[in-house]
Amino acid sequence: MLLLIPLLPFLGFLVNASFGRRLSKAAAGAVACAAMIGSFLVSAVAVWRLAALEPEARAIVQRVFTWISSGDFTVAFTLRVDPLSAVMILVVTGIGSLIHVYSTAYMHEESDSEFARYFSYLNLFAAFMLVLVLGSNFLVMFVGWEGVGLCSYLLIGFWYQKKSASDAGKKAFIVNRIGDFGFVLGVLLAFVRFGTVDFQEIGRAIAGLAPETTFGTLSLITLLLFVGATGKSAQIPLFVWLPDAMEGPTPVSALIHAATMVTAGVYMIGRNAALFSHTPLTLTVVAVIGTATALMAGTIGLVQNDIKRVLAYSTVSQLGYMFLAMGVGAYASGIFHLYTHAFFKALLFLGSGAVIHALAGEQDLRRMGGLRDKLPVTYWTFLVGALAIAGVPLLSGFFSKDEILFHAFASGHTILWIVGLLTSLLTAIYMFRLVFLAFHGPSPTALAAQVGPHAAEHQAPGTQHSAPSTQHTTPGTQHPGGHVHDAPPAMAWPLIVLAIGSIVAGYVGLPHVLGGSDWFARFLEPSFSGAVIGEAAEAAELELTLMAVSTFVAVSGIGIAMYFFLKHREAADGVAARFAGLHQVLQHKYYVDEIYDATIVQPVRIVSQEGLWKIVDVRVIDGTVNLVGRVVEGSSQELRRTQTGSVRAYAASLFLGVVLILGYYLWR
Amino acid sequence: MPTLGNYLLLSAILFAIGTAGVFVRRNLITILLSIEIMLNAVNLTFVAFGRALGSADGQIIVFFVMTVAAAEAAVGLAIIIALFRHKESLNPDSFTALKW
Repeated sequence: MLLLIPLLPFLGFLVNASFGRRLSKAAAGAVACAAMIGSFLVSAVAVWRLAALEPEARAIVQRVFTWISSGDFTVAFTLRVDPLSAVMILVVTGIGSLIHVYSTAYMHEESDSEFARYFSYLNLFAAFMLVLVLGSNFLVMFVGWEGVGLCSYLLIGFWYQKKSASDAGKKAFIVNRIGDFGFVLGVLLAFVRFGTVDFQEIGRAIAGLAPETTFGTLSLITLLLFVGATGKSAQIPLFVWLPDAMEGPTPVSALIHAATMVTAGVYMIGRNAALFSHTPLTLTVVAVIGTATALMAGTIGLVQNDIKRVLAYSTVSQLGYMFLAMGVGAYASGIFHLYTHAFFKALLFLGSGAVIHALAGEQDLRRMGGLRDKLPVTYWTFLVGALAIAGVPLLSGFFSKDEILFHAFASGHTILWIVGLLTSLLTAIYMFRLVFLAFHGPSPTALAAQVGPHAAEHQAPGTQHSAPSTQHTTPGTQHPGGHVHDAPPAMAWPLIVLAIGSIVAGYVGLPHVLGGSDWFARFLEPSFSGAVIGEAAEAAELELTLMAVSTFVAVSGIGIAMYFFLKHREAADGVAARFAGLHQVLQHKYYVDEIYDATIVQPVRIVSQEGLWKIVDVRVIDGTVNLVGRVVEGSSQELRRTQTGSVRAYAASLFLGVVLILGYYLWR
Repeated sequence: MPTLGNYLLLSAILFAIGTAGVFVRRNLITILLSIEIMLNAVNLTFVAFGRALGSADGQIIVFFVMTVAAAEAAVGLAIIIALFRHKESLNPDSFTALKW
């Protein structure tokens, strides 16, 4: 039964990839959505059965086939649902289904074949993501790990006629490759160390070992695995691909680059919690990198003007929180934040998609404003998402983020806690900056005039199709007179469902101090049984105090945003002017792209072009080949003169040869 | 009673005569005849060894060689006739077109 979960989306992919050209948009969308919803239902049944089991025995395993069998090394394609993967499959299929439905409306302006191509990629992504989270050993996980990377590349570069989009796709792919290389090395080293790649067996093998306090094999394994996680989950130093990934269609950003794929790194650490908790050194690295990423991305998010880029940096920042949780040993809290984040970040992205859709491709915050009345559904749902991510009490983000900060503080990482708190202030500021700039304030009078030219951004990929572009409606006819319309039902419903999710999702993990039972963490417990869980002292007073502090921080963040971006916009410009240097640095994202370009990309390019191409290839390799050719040609030129045509000369040489050979054998 | 050595010596002399004929003579038919002499020199060796070892193998192989030689003579003569028709000559040195 477990096989059906990834198989259904895969079948959807096959149908849309093979017959998509001949299917109408309605049919292609229906196939894709049905595959996802079917997969969601199967997942729900699987999780239901899982929950019926005893807590200690909560695991459903399906061995599909023996994949590799060589000597005493066997790897089976085995799928396994335990509480941790149960959370993941529900998030992937549940949010995935909503985003599929949303996409049918969002992508409606594409031609039939492009539409089917889009949905085939989306289904393929879901299939690989489900393989990733269901795989019971590193190799199966790796299949999914690479597969989602591929789909991410395909979907970022979906509008491939646009150079920036195809460049962004390549960037994502290449940066991920660096991380994947570390991941592969980590898996190989784990195999060398433990003789197996199965998560359960590694967990059992590690259980008898003492934590490795100095740097050794285990630390190396976990650090290499973490390199893989930084690539996939966009952490320092490999986060640069995620903001560029916003070139893809917005629902893709919501599904892949916010809710699911980018959390694979967090999931992987959670899956190997037993291994990671034996290496305090790595955990410290994870926590520090996570916190640093959270802060760095949060500060960049403050000054970005592209609505999707703000959200992208916010995603990077929130992923940093999850790694902070993992690093302080609060695995359940990290997964909890992953789960709540999936709701509100998908909501925010889909909301921004609705805004972009309504404005026919406009993404620049400076050209938005006053959309509150024109897009009521989008506004209210977006506001819920923003409140949730800012950590306003009683919404989901509050519980999960608070739990992480509490664990960071309780485990003695005071500095990380302070930085985390600062980041949470930044989160509130940049999110509400976004809300106020996009939905409040004056509607730019020039907006209507600008819809025309800027519609090109959204429409360009479509109109550049040579053949199918005929059935494209021009933006002008689509939105007569630049009329701004709210989300159509297929887009509005997913928004509403996600908004409800963003409010209530947190209550499954209601902490004890607020009268809950922290059911979520207890549910996940069997998955982390081998791990040393960070000591969460039952200090109710401390927890309540910290909650009050972070609530204060969240509210003051919103207040600051309100002051600068709602009441006194000129004050924001004033601050930007006073700290012009800092503003420049942030605007250019700490010049990370430029630094990478100067230190890695350009040297590699120059060495490749001037050294490898013009010297090694042209001179050495081509030179050797040409030299061999010339030698053969020259010697043949001389040797052919022995071919006289005289029969008796041939006979003589034959005879001579026989005499020589015989002579050799007789007189040697 | 001739010994094995006598036979082998005779065979070697015949072979040398044949070889010399192939190299020295300038008539294709004579060359063909010289080759026949060489073949028969070898035949003599076979029979002599067969007798010395008390085995029939040598004689059997000689029959094979004779059959092949007959076929070879037929093919060789046919080729010589074709060559003669082509150039009105039997001198092997006039047939050197097949060179570099």
